[in-house]
Amino acid sequence: MSESRFQAMMYFARWKITAILSVCVLGLLVCIPNLVPRASLPGWFPTRQVNLGLDLRGGSYLLLEVDVNAVVRERLEGLADGARTRLRAANIGYVNLAADQAQRRLAFRVRDPAQVPAAMAVMRELGNPVALGAGATAPDIEVASSPDGTVSATLTEPSLRAKASGAVEQSIEIVRRRIDETGVSESLIARQGQSRILVQLPGVEDPNRIKQLLGQTARMTFHLLDETANPTAASPPPGVQFLPGDRDGQRYAVRRRVEVDGANLSNARAGQNGQTGEWVVNFTFDSIGTRRFAEITRANVNRPFAIVLDDKVITAPVIREPITGGSGQISGSFSAQTANDLAVLLRAGALPAPLTVVEERTVGPELGADAIRAGMIALSVGTLFVFLYMGLAYGLFGWFANIALLVNLILLCACLTLLEATLTLPGIAGIVLTLGTALDANVLINERIREETRNGRSPLNALETGFSKASGTIMDSNLTNLIAMACLYGFGSGPVKGFAVTVAIGTVVQMWTATTLVRLLVSIWYRTRRPRTLPV
Amino acid sequence: MIAMFERLSRPLFRLVPDNTHIPFMRGRIAGLAFSALLSVASVVLAITPGLEKGIDFKGGITMEVRTPGPADLPTIRTALARLPFGDVGVQQFGDPTTLLLRLPTQGEEAQTQAAVAATRSTIEQVAPGVRILRVEAVGNRVSDELFQGGMIALGLSLLAMMLYIWFRFEWQFGVGAVVTLILEVTKVIGFLAVTRIEFNLTTVAAVLTIVGFSVNDKVVVYDRMRENLRRFKTMPLRELIDRSINETLNRTLGTSMTLLLAALPLALFGGDTLAGFAWCMLFGIVISASSSIFIAAPILLFLGENRLRRGTEAVAAPVKAAPRT
Repeated sequence: MSESRFQAMMYFARWKITAILSVCVLGLLVCIPNLVPRASLPGWFPTRQVNLGLDLRGGSYLLLEVDVNAVVRERLEGLADGARTRLRAANIGYVNLAADQAQRRLAFRVRDPAQVPAAMAVMRELGNPVALGAGATAPDIEVASSPDGTVSATLTEPSLRAKASGAVEQSIEIVRRRIDETGVSESLIARQGQSRILVQLPGVEDPNRIKQLLGQTARMTFHLLDETANPTAASPPPGVQFLPGDRDGQRYAVRRRVEVDGANLSNARAGQNGQTGEWVVNFTFDSIGTRRFAEITRANVNRPFAIVLDDKVITAPVIREPITGGSGQISGSFSAQTANDLAVLLRAGALPAPLTVVEERTVGPELGADAIRAGMIALSVGTLFVFLYMGLAYGLFGWFANIALLVNLILLCACLTLLEATLTLPGIAGIVLTLGTALDANVLINERIREETRNGRSPLNALETGFSKASGTIMDSNLTNLIAMACLYGFGSGPVKGFAVTVAIGTVVQMWTATTLVRLLVSIWYRTRRPRTLPV
Repeated sequence: MIAMFERLSRPLFRLVPDNTHIPFMRGRIAGLAFSALLSVASVVLAITPGLEKGIDFKGGITMEVRTPGPADLPTIRTALARLPFGDVGVQQFGDPTTLLLRLPTQGEEAQTQAAVAATRSTIEQVAPGVRILRVEAVGNRVSDELFQGGMIALGLSLLAMMLYIWFRFEWQFGVGAVVTLILEVTKVIGFLAVTRIEFNLTTVAAVLTIVGFSVNDKVVVYDRMRENLRRFKTMPLRELIDRSINETLNRTLGTSMTLLLAALPLALFGGDTLAGFAWCMLFGIVISASSSIFIAAPILLFLGENRLRRGTEAVAAPVKAAPRT
């Protein structure tokens, strides 16, 4: 029989055979780094590896939410402060100055209607520019007036978005710095959606300390105290707020005005006071902070000032002399741990808005190891079952399909390696299921070949028709699987995405192994044996 | 030895003998009615007593802990009951040293973390040397979003399947497939309700896999129907459907069998997390195989009695030409 009688589907050019076999060998090579330790491989070897998900290797997954409303609140408070000072300076009388958080608006009524334009001009000056993209900027507030003399400043929609986005970006940076300070390696911090931050901490069994570090905004500010106000009064005078102290029931009348901000710190370290031995935090200001602090202390000798951390007065000492060196010391009731934590927080900087942990998943390493073991057992038993069934039910062509299935598993692993995909527990389930679905194409082809043989076709003709007629159906049926997995990937989250990825890759790979590879095996077999009947 | 190889190179058994002609269409009314009944019952069960929603969808806190010796359940229960976070469920999980603690979802998001910390320290106090194997805490809003995401994925996949089959075949096939899918999905939900298997993202993944696999099954039968529609232009639709089902029977059962054999070890040895997923899959495979035979194709007889049959007296209805491949 000459080669020319070997029809299209069953004929493989030599280069094609070489290409197919080299794909298989390359796949195997790519998989190797997952199985043997890195050190025992030569240097030129590819280093990519499948990552194990936190559910398999152990670790902690935290989803944090940035309280974007706090950013709005803060901006409105800033506006209100600014308005009070500027209006007073411009001699504009006003009443009912109030911020409306829900409407993102600050409004007040001007006493003398003739001064409305002046008041509006004052408010406009308080606007901060927001980048609108393409180099254009616009003020972040819209100032409007109504006939009764009410002037309002509303935060605009784009500015709100920019602020929220900026707050999240900035939070990510701070979160990263704080986590780096704790020495956790390989942590992954990424933005998720509009206002969430995803934190993955491999190997962390008890994320409590990290949660505590992330749970504080750590905004430190220096204020003057209002000595004339009575801290036990029901409500504070304008421009003053009552803040609690360290001990129960302690209250301070703190001026709202921020004299120096913690953002102007350049360093902070925990240490012990040389005389008393108690734990303190030593800090250094940057040049702006140094100058501001020197001015304040010079002007307010013998008056108390307050160091406020997250709306709580840590300490309120009396200024003995001007402090011009730009460094200082915070003493409160610290322990070694709390002093250290505060130093870490001050070094990393304040969060622009509070963070809440909205989802936590922590898995210890032993549970992950158990899961891997169980997955491997399921995979081996499943392979055995499927192999026996295929071989016994379909004979030689079934065994060919089994060889293709092994290659399929190797190539699936290779694809995951090349993509540096994350293998999760559901992902392992996906691999096991791929065993089952991968053989679908072969079942289709075998049934078809058998049918064509029964219809009286010659062996070669039956093989030819079987492979070509089944291929359309195989394409169709696999696409449905891919559609379902795309839906799962798009709307699922976390480990379940790993499942969608493995099943989808498995489906694509098996389309190739089940058709091309099996066809090659059958073709080689046919050429060497020249059977008169097919073993179907 | 050689004889054994000889023997192994030939098929040892067939699931269904060749020349099988089971008149499936005769049972179509009964099959459909039975299927519809099961699905209605499933929907009722999914409403009352309802599904056992997992932490993904319900929110709350789950902790798996391992004590050094057999756990002292009553002491742990009393200690945890004193915490102000609602009913704490404590149950054995696998062996007597492992416990599963469940706390309901907390009103405030921030409260959830406080509850985790308090439970952690309480259990460490009552059972010294305890190891915390796993903590999952999901807040209200996140669980709502996860649930929404899961449902959207499910709905979207059904829609996509219908469009795909409509595009590849004709609309009757698309409608037939989706009706069948809805009947199947509801039964799987019913199965979850009866077995109290947790309904969570992983089970949704199982349902979606079943949907993909099931449509794949239907495509094969429909493909054969289309082929036969072209080959036997005068054969009555009823007979033609029967013929197509019988011709693809071995394949339908064969594929289901390989998937079943792959999923079974997952259910038996795959560990607690995957067992629910795998049982759900197993049930789905059986349902999908049987509905490929009894529901998907017979449903076409109701939808396409006149339209799908060509070359007969019913040409009055406009017939769209099937795409030639």
